[in-house]
Amino acid sequence: MNAERGMAVHYHRVHRSSFSVQRDIMPITQTEVERIAELGNLELTADEKQSFSVQLAAIVEYIDQLNELDTSAVKPWQHRSAGEAVSSFATREDSVEPSLGQEKALENAPDPADGHFRVPRVIGG
Amino acid sequence: MNDELKSGFHSSFIAADFIVLLLELNLTTNLTIEELHKLYASGEAKPSEVCRAALDRIENINDRLNIFLTINREGALKRAAGMDAEIKSAVRTKPLAGVPVAIKDNMCTTGLRTTCGSRILGNYVPPYTATAVAKLEEAGAIILGKTNCDEFAMGSSNENSAFGPVRNPWNEEYVPGGSSGGSAVAVAAGLASVSLGSDTGGSIRQPASFCGIVGLKPTYGRVSRYGLVAFASSLDQIGPFGTTVRDVARTLQVISGRDRYDSTSANVEVPGYLKALTGDLKGLRVGVPPECFAEGLDVEVREKVEAGIQKLKECGAEVVEVHLPHTKYAIAVYYIIATAEASSNLARYDGVRYGFRAEEARTLSEMYRRTRDAGFGAEVKRRIMLGTFALSSGYYDAYYEKAQRVRTMLVQDFAEAFKQCDVIATPTAPTPPFKLGEKTEDPLAMYLSDIYTVTINLTGLPGVSVPCGLASTGLPIGLQLIGSHFDEGRLLNAAYAYEQSVSKLSLPITG
Repeated sequence: MNAERGMAVHYHRVHRSSFSVQRDIMPITQTEVERIAELGNLELTADEKQSFSVQLAAIVEYIDQLNELDTSAVKPWQHRSAGEAVSSFATREDSVEPSLGQEKALENAPDPADGHFRVPRVIGG
Repeated sequence: MNDELKSGFHSSFIAADFIVLLLELNLTTNLTIEELHKLYASGEAKPSEVCRAALDRIENINDRLNIFLTINREGALKRAAGMDAEIKSAVRTKPLAGVPVAIKDNMCTTGLRTTCGSRILGNYVPPYTATAVAKLEEAGAIILGKTNCDEFAMGSSNENSAFGPVRNPWNEEYVPGGSSGGSAVAVAAGLASVSLGSDTGGSIRQPASFCGIVGLKPTYGRVSRYGLVAFASSLDQIGPFGTTVRDVARTLQVISGRDRYDSTSANVEVPGYLKALTGDLKGLRVGVPPECFAEGLDVEVREKVEAGIQKLKECGAEVVEVHLPHTKYAIAVYYIIATAEASSNLARYDGVRYGFRAEEARTLSEMYRRTRDAGFGAEVKRRIMLGTFALSSGYYDAYYEKAQRVRTMLVQDFAEAFKQCDVIATPTAPTPPFKLGEKTEDPLAMYLSDIYTVTINLTGLPGVSVPCGLASTGLPIGLQLIGSHFDEGRLLNAAYAYEQSVSKLSLPITG
């Protein structure tokens, strides 16, 4: 975990203290937590909003150490980067074959109706 | 061997009872698959007797250790009884004939409840079976049940299961590791010969380490993920637990290979893994990265792992120093990528097609939110939140894309290191097992316990944890060996040679 021991790290590292790095990233506020919860379709309790705000801020602060690294010359990872592992991925013939079928697909439905999934009203209310 | 005992008693009754007792003891002391097959071949035991003994023990200790979420008693006994007549010949043709196995509860099994340790799938009975599980069954394995795990495999201690934590059989005040805690304990406590877990950031290797057994995460693409409930699709991989490297190699052989239902399963030949276990390490170069032995590593773990590396040297391997300079960034990269993928994968749990649905919602969107709020536990919500944040407009470049760039740097680190060595040795976890409740209030501290394992998922490499001694608490410590892509044969041979060179841990006798 002591990366200073590796020489290569100095090559990649931006030489400035992480404390003085100009932050354009805000810590996660309660309003931010509410916005994210809405995007993730989660309805959080007041307690959860409070604790997530603190915990997520701590995690994001930890994650911000990635800013120590200059990644401008590095490409984002793709499956191809794993080399051998990936050139071996193959596709199959796109042929028609039997699938699960309506009956089985509905077996686990909380509220099936006439071969469909029934849900509460979509608009309004 | 029991002739003396039999004489003078009602022999049939006593004999049956005695065999059950014998098998209980044997399974408790962890019979290997080869030893079990010898008993089958000679007619000394039958699958139905072995399964009944295992199921009885499970029912005795499950209340205490909370290993199984669903016990497949009826199904297992029926299947075992059907094998009894042919077992003598089946052991020659089927690699897992009559072998009792346990399956992590995030792999789909037709007709057998699959919960992922979550309330949201608490009553889910899959209409199809995961490829890896189907392959085990084709090879003759008997499924004893579905094992407890952290909810959606998110956790390092098994404390995030909606159905309560699993306890470590070495000491019940300690965690068994996670997320595949139940599968690790099923093997460590001698209930199943081998089991399947899944590993997204260490979820096979770390519990193997904490429970004193062998656990392998294969190369990404080696084993089909079809039917494995997705957590982070670019990191998830199914793999085996066993008490010995040979049992793990045998199980890997069965579950590996291309699957038309998983386009990321690799079209790479499956070599003979058991044949690779020669125990000969002459010419093998073992890389040791000082970055994995720095600040934050427990003193006892360091001592045992360094002694393990010394053993590899005594077995004929050459030890060389290699560098993984970006190791300290791995956790940050992992918790962006894993949560981003999880937030997408878990969008499907909406109460419409399967699983739990919250009652009395007036609109569809209210139903979604209430279902997810009541259905998911705290850690899952936390990760959906973090992943949604990392992918959200305005933060994507700063977090998700940044993490994918650093992931490339980690891949490059390993590519460089493997120019100088064949296998890399590190600790599996930075500490010995910790106590229940010790880290539950501090998610970041929990995440940091994955420091040596997450890089292997981010780079798609295979990694195995083998037991390398006990801490002063009496709990096990694991040595992690890492191989090149699809080089499981050489990797397992290194683990095998090490295992043969040290005295076997005597596993805890429970129940």
